[in-house]
Amino acid sequence: MNADRITEKLNILADAAKYDVSCASSGSKRKNENKGLGNASNGICHSYTEDGRCVSLLKILLTNHCIFDCAYCVSRKSNDIQRAAFTVQEVVDLTINFYRRNYIEGLFLSSGIFKDADFTMERLVRIAKKLRTEHNFNGYIHLKSIPGASDELMNEAGLYADRLSVNLEMPTEAGLKLLAPDKNQADMIKPMGYLKNAIIQRTEEKKLFKKAPIFAPAGQSTQVIIGATPENDSEVLRSANYFYKNFNLKRVYYSGYVPVLADSRLPALNTSVPMVRENRLYQADWLMRFYGFKVNEIVNDAQPHLDLDIDPKLSWAIRNMQAFPVNINKADLQMILRVPGIGLLSAQKIVSARKFGKLNWDQLKKMGVALNRAKYFVICNSTEFERRDLTGNNIKQFILATSQSKFLKNTQVQLNLF
Amino acid sequence: MTTLIYDGTFEGLLTSVFEVYDRRLDRVNLQKTGLNSNALFEDKLQVITDYVRANRVLKGLKQKVSSMGIQRLYAAHLAEMDGEENSLLGYIRYAFDAGQNIEEDYGNKFVMRVSEMVRMVRREKHRMEAFVRFQKLKDETYYAAVEPDFNVLPLLIRHFKSRYADQKWIIYDIKRKYGIYYDLHDTQYISLDFASVNKPGDVIAAFTEDEGIYQHLWKNYFSSVNIPSRKNTKLHVRHIPKRYWKHLTEKI
Repeated sequence: MNADRITEKLNILADAAKYDVSCASSGSKRKNENKGLGNASNGICHSYTEDGRCVSLLKILLTNHCIFDCAYCVSRKSNDIQRAAFTVQEVVDLTINFYRRNYIEGLFLSSGIFKDADFTMERLVRIAKKLRTEHNFNGYIHLKSIPGASDELMNEAGLYADRLSVNLEMPTEAGLKLLAPDKNQADMIKPMGYLKNAIIQRTEEKKLFKKAPIFAPAGQSTQVIIGATPENDSEVLRSANYFYKNFNLKRVYYSGYVPVLADSRLPALNTSVPMVRENRLYQADWLMRFYGFKVNEIVNDAQPHLDLDIDPKLSWAIRNMQAFPVNINKADLQMILRVPGIGLLSAQKIVSARKFGKLNWDQLKKMGVALNRAKYFVICNSTEFERRDLTGNNIKQFILATSQSKFLKNTQVQLNLF
Repeated sequence: MTTLIYDGTFEGLLTSVFEVYDRRLDRVNLQKTGLNSNALFEDKLQVITDYVRANRVLKGLKQKVSSMGIQRLYAAHLAEMDGEENSLLGYIRYAFDAGQNIEEDYGNKFVMRVSEMVRMVRREKHRMEAFVRFQKLKDETYYAAVEPDFNVLPLLIRHFKSRYADQKWIIYDIKRKYGIYYDLHDTQYISLDFASVNKPGDVIAAFTEDEGIYQHLWKNYFSSVNIPSRKNTKLHVRHIPKRYWKHLTEKI
């Protein structure tokens, strides 16, 4: 093995893959059979980069040669950068050796498009197949579905991979046309639709025949880039909601655009990464998937953007003061989940614990409820509660004044400069 | 107030529960041997760990608490936090004395405290599943040194055994001076002589030739995936507290 050459390739192809934010290694239930190597059951983040993102998978491109010229992408055809390509064996060796040392949960393999979609997809599938069949590797494999790849290849990919993903790149078709003229959304949706049906069908088969092979057990995900095109949060979340509902996606990732290229269609190079907006979008995404919120409740025509200074649940609550206060000792779980400062786990704890006796502030605090927010919206077994008739705006001001936002510090630094 | 002194083992804890009921003690303070309390006017009782009695308590406890609950108690016990055995004892007594299953009574201070301890221990277990960094030795054994906050090695066996079924491995707890060794068939507890080996660089001579190459590749990979314009040191350190860095290949 030529260590220097591999190092160089790894640097180029890991660097090119890092803007894909998907990092999940959970959701699969692949077991280690016949004393092979690895399993994929619960997600583990093995390390964290200095920007605080998790490193769970060996995330690389097979190659950064690409026939497309998408404005937002570092690997675009017209960009003058170093190009490299791994061989199938090199990817297999890296994966196995990193995995054996407990560096990673598995492989996330993507690629620039060389020649055509099928040619590229065939290479990706070949690597997954080799890992599974020749090396008895049961770790997590996430493959990119190349837009336009044939159904036969997608089917084979599903047999070896745990998760597959197609990146929608831009939240709307118009945004995509602007920045990626060579791509069209129909090509991306086609493999997604095929996989959705295949997953449903295979899951049915699995129920009937225990021995039926597992097929993409961790499902599909996608990614949209935020802040490169002018879509508002309402458009982004509606689009996400559409794909969750119609394609049974496990995750939609929101990737704040990192300016890497100068192009008149894109934000300027010195624009900062929209990290707060990205964070709020994820919070809204969680509200839709786990907290029973409808997308219309979070964003609508009157509220096309998420509040940047408070989280979307608090923002919903202060717009809907008529729903509060909630009685912790009586309300349904669904309503308790809607209280700002109460998360999934504490909501479940509350519902379990109140069977034994009414709960008071102290107990709520011990269960992990963020009282600084929740106290304005609940009553519990105590004579102390918020008696003032506060408006939503008052509450927002009180909470902002007493809390230390993880973003507030940055704002202050910026203000001091002037 | 009676002070019960036990040996710090789970069986010792269960034996102490037996003593509490056998002697009809009411207010008790449970503590590990070696911690001297100097209160003058209190009864002291040395609990001698007795497996038969411990098993009787365990059997009784199983009538009151689910098997998950027993596992949780064991996990909380592994936190080995001084003074917290009283929370465990309180939990067990509450479970025995209540007419119903109390595992979800989070309003109760013992149940809540045990739940907190379980969360702390499980978080540490999960961290170890993530932060163990194996290094391949010449005899094909993969070796990793760790220094977990709590005594979580017993909880790690199942995970590593099912994951790395086809390679020999050792995970060694330097702080507590014992490790687990998997020989392709079974795991056993071991203790090694070289207590001084606490940095991955120390036993270089024993490594295979490609070990250095893969460590180098991993470090390169780690720095390549970083996006400097998103730098967030606070978040980084929250995810990987500095005390773990010395055993992480990519942070050395």
